[in-house]
Amino acid sequence: MKPSRFQYVRPASIPEAVVALQRSNSKVLAGGQSLTPLLSMRLAAPEVLVDINGLTELAGIEVRGSELWIGAIARHQEVLTHPLVGAHVPLLQQALTHVAHPVIRNRGTSVGSIAHADPAGELTAVAALLGARIHVASAQGVRDIPAKEFFVGPLESSLLHGEFVTGVSFPIFESSWGSSCVEIARRHGDYALAGVCALVHVDGGLITSATIAIFSVAGTPVVIDVIDVCDESEKLDQKVQSLIEPDTDIHATAEYRRQLVKTLVVQALTEARSNAESRRS
Amino acid sequence: MNPEELFLVELTVNGNPLSARVPARRLLSDFLRHDLRLTGTHVGCEHGVCGACTVLLDGKPVRGCLIFAVSVSGSEVTTVEGLVNNDGSLGVVQRAFHESHGLQCGFCTPGFITTIHAFLKENPHPTEEEAREAIAGNLCRCTGYQNIIKSVLRAADLIDSGVRDDH
Repeated sequence: MKPSRFQYVRPASIPEAVVALQRSNSKVLAGGQSLTPLLSMRLAAPEVLVDINGLTELAGIEVRGSELWIGAIARHQEVLTHPLVGAHVPLLQQALTHVAHPVIRNRGTSVGSIAHADPAGELTAVAALLGARIHVASAQGVRDIPAKEFFVGPLESSLLHGEFVTGVSFPIFESSWGSSCVEIARRHGDYALAGVCALVHVDGGLITSATIAIFSVAGTPVVIDVIDVCDESEKLDQKVQSLIEPDTDIHATAEYRRQLVKTLVVQALTEARSNAESRRS
Repeated sequence: MNPEELFLVELTVNGNPLSARVPARRLLSDFLRHDLRLTGTHVGCEHGVCGACTVLLDGKPVRGCLIFAVSVSGSEVTTVEGLVNNDGSLGVVQRAFHESHGLQCGFCTPGFITTIHAFLKENPHPTEEEAREAIAGNLCRCTGYQNIIKSVLRAADLIDSGVRDDH
């Protein structure tokens, strides 16, 4: 249960980091709360570990134009308590209360969670639902990847060799939007058996937009536009069930996950609507 | 195979500047135990689940087994040894565990003590439910947690009544 050998590089700047990442079989270390167990169990054995914890320019949380930018080494706990996040992208904080335990959140990073592309990850679903932009740097320059193109499969993103995620920008949602994140886990802080994030827009008491992202039920988060079915629970469930592919594992059967999703979708949409109404008043 | 490259790791541990040259793959929990001989921090699952290795990094509880020592060189670390009073008497959370029978075999206790110490700084007057939630990330196989929850509440009472705690 000890990691195998690796070469350790601690760059002082992004240009230094991208040079180090050009080496074959390199991996980025940020919070390390998912990576370190993989290394300790030797499920991963990169030759080079590039520790970006010294890149202080990636530590921030800022409003940039109509987006909220979160840097690659901002810790979950900072995102969870930051007033700009609460004001502009409350879904991040609603989701983060379900992410692991406070001790893990003190070190783990929100952007790292997204880069890890865990299909059971709450923040993966948030990024997919909100249409976040993933900012990426490499020796070839910088580019942005829309969330829907970023998540390719379980623990698999569209990052190319030599690229790393420097930050993620989330669109800012004004107060006519409401959101929620609900899930069922065996114990609070564990991976969810199934979970749902919802985003609704309310205008004059009417829902004018409703989307959900379901996690832990497929290789990537499943984003579904439900505005056409959100006031008819049978049709809503039919549409949702036709688009998810939950697996059976030691924690739950596929059928049980489907049953959870049926309940959680309604709960998430109801909460999101009520949050939109309370945000306005 | 070539000898493994060593890195100088310098930490302030329980107020004392300590350093050692270690491989990059040395976990903080192993650095404390093997290199600094501070064996109060226990290593249980080694993948972040059990919480036995919890230490305070710049005042905040973290898993020692999920951090490489080299990555946090220059930081301040507090271990369970650092939570005794300066005269050697038990710190307030330690005393509460003693009084409330918050431990049996004691393996998980260092992780609980550090976690609860940091929790009570943030929330000095927890409800029973908050106390339960605060320890949800630490595993204990002996007590059934009841006496640990009592210990959290007892520590809060002791702090309120002005019992000495140097940390």
